Amino acid sequence: MIELVVISVCLLIGIAIILGLTIGITAKVFEVKQDPRVEQVLDALPGANCGGCGLAGCSDFAKAVVSGVTIPEKCPVCSEEGVKAIVEIMGLKQSDNIVKKVAVILCGGDSDNALFEAQYNGINDCKSASLIGGGLKGCRNGCLGLGTCARICPFDAIEITDKALAIVHPDLCVGCGKCVETCPKNLIIMVPETADIHVYCNSKEKALDKKKVCKVSCIGCRKCVKAAEEGQMEMDGFLARINYSNAPSSDLIDKAGCPTKCLRK
Amino acid sequence: MSFSIKRFKGGVHPWEGKELTEGKTVRTAPLLDKYYVILQQNIGAPPKTIVANGEEVKKGQVLAVSGGFVSSSIHAPTSGKIKIINWPGPTGFNMSAVELTSDGKDQWISSVELDNNWEALEVVELKKRIADAGVVGMGGAAFPTLVKLSPPSDKYIDSLIINGAECEPFLTADHRLMVEETEKILQGVSLLAKILDTKNIFIGIESNKPDAIAELNKLCGQYHVKIVPLKVKYPQGAEKQLIYAITGREVPCSGLPMDVGCVVQNVATAAAVADAVIYRKPLIERITTITGTSVCEPGNWKLRIGTPLGKALEFAGGINKQPAKMLLGGPMMGQAQSSLDVPITKNASGLLLLSENEIAQYSSHPCIRCGRCVDVCPMALMPGTLSVMIESENFDLAEYTNVIDCMECGSCAYVCPALRPLVQHIKRGKTEVIEAKKKR
Repeated sequence: MIELVVISVCLLIGIAIILGLTIGITAKVFEVKQDPRVEQVLDALPGANCGGCGLAGCSDFAKAVVSGVTIPEKCPVCSEEGVKAIVEIMGLKQSDNIVKKVAVILCGGDSDNALFEAQYNGINDCKSASLIGGGLKGCRNGCLGLGTCARICPFDAIEITDKALAIVHPDLCVGCGKCVETCPKNLIIMVPETADIHVYCNSKEKALDKKKVCKVSCIGCRKCVKAAEEGQMEMDGFLARINYSNAPSSDLIDKAGCPTKCLRK
Repeated sequence: MSFSIKRFKGGVHPWEGKELTEGKTVRTAPLLDKYYVILQQNIGAPPKTIVANGEEVKKGQVLAVSGGFVSSSIHAPTSGKIKIINWPGPTGFNMSAVELTSDGKDQWISSVELDNNWEALEVVELKKRIADAGVVGMGGAAFPTLVKLSPPSDKYIDSLIINGAECEPFLTADHRLMVEETEKILQGVSLLAKILDTKNIFIGIESNKPDAIAELNKLCGQYHVKIVPLKVKYPQGAEKQLIYAITGREVPCSGLPMDVGCVVQNVATAAAVADAVIYRKPLIERITTITGTSVCEPGNWKLRIGTPLGKALEFAGGINKQPAKMLLGGPMMGQAQSSLDVPITKNASGLLLLSENEIAQYSSHPCIRCGRCVDVCPMALMPGTLSVMIESENFDLAEYTNVIDCMECGSCAYVCPALRPLVQHIKRGKTEVIEAKKKR
């Protein structure tokens, strides 16, 4: 009886040794040489796999950085320390002025302030809704509030308020830019994190048409453009826009006294 | 043949609702103070405005000329003063339009006169008159008629099919036109046949319009036209389905009727062609069915292009109960409107008001793969499968499965037991596929 146990144990150990050796030798002979830095860079990346860099995910980005195709700053999510760490690993020179960007949705027309013309009971998706006569809102350029951007955000940084308006939480937004392309009304733009006031309107219609459908639209009165310093604000048709490469500070809100409170934080 | 009634594969048979208006004689709407003529009424190049703000125009004067091959000119519906404005259009967006304040004289431009010599006109002159009059397909798409009448030289057209099916429920505008202006339609048909140089002329009519069939049968021998009664089924009036029912030919995938030697024109278009050539009248009015259970006096009205929907409703006596939905067109393919300011365009075949209990308030459920949408799809597509592909944003697969061939007739959504908004899904898919094709 004991013989049987000894024989089987020896046999199994024997097989294990032979297989182990085979695997070990095969691994040495057919080794795929990978740059060890890829692994290190991957560790320094946020690992969100958001695709904000335009590549398939973080490991793809790490390979691209190591092979020199792209630079570490191209990761929109990476914190400053993260970029520094990657730069050190790669022995690169860090380019200056990395500005973290966040998304902002240029519409303030919630159900209290904007006119919702139609009752919509179709697909709960902005892209589908906007194909039917431009959507349910009186303002054809406004946020539909059906949440296509909120669903696509990998970081849950976009919230649809109970008044049917999408808002970005800047503290959660990492600036991957995925939402920008999903908005059928092209309301989402990426702005430097330091810019803290925005014109929450993206409609270039005439002021009278806008006022009919939204209480908080930009009526193109130019008050803010006059109050701001040269080059900080510009007019785009009947719409005031902030020049984000030279963004005004938040005291412009008091100085300008926007009549519709469309220029705000 | 023993099965004398012609039909296509698939389709549905919704409640017709035509009894509300089919016996009502067409009435001509009185002159209004203001008309709002949308400049771009069809796909293709926008027409070029040739009048200035504040100019006085005569009735029938050209406001905008055709801006390309696929484009049509626009004419003044009455005499008066014009102003160029932005006005809500039937697509839901504000569009460039001409506001025409009537001077009350309703004076025609001098070129409008009866041409007794019309039968001897050359084809080139006929085409010119049709283009000058701004005639477009009046069945629904408002596609410029001249484009259909100018097939490329390698296509041989042997059949002209005139569409009098009017398969959309509730609409009776074409029906009344066939009963009341039979002669004019046939004159137009003979002109169209002359331009296309074909001998085979068919008029397809759904068999629920026996009076129209009888009227046309009286005169058809004289004009060498064959009247074809069709099975009452939606969408019998769709171009490709009509060709199949009448000639048995199947238009190839993403092809055009001219690929099988056919040209299809609506009966109202034929009448507009006759007006344009014989009476030299531009297309400035059309018959529109104003109907619905909430309308006081549903009826058929001859409305000028540019009449706001609110005024059109007033002609029909207003409403007797609160409607829940207002559609320009029929219940299957019509577009819901959110404003009474939207004006009548050249393709507005009906204005339909539906009350609360007539509209569906549904919520979509997952596809149960029963295949009923496949049974009814007249284009032999798989709407359920397509909707699932599009929901998961797999547009490449949807393109491969021929989503582009869908004509958005709505038969699939009508029968879907899971209440899926199939047409809306497919509409999204088509938009995405077309955009992706443009980028390639």
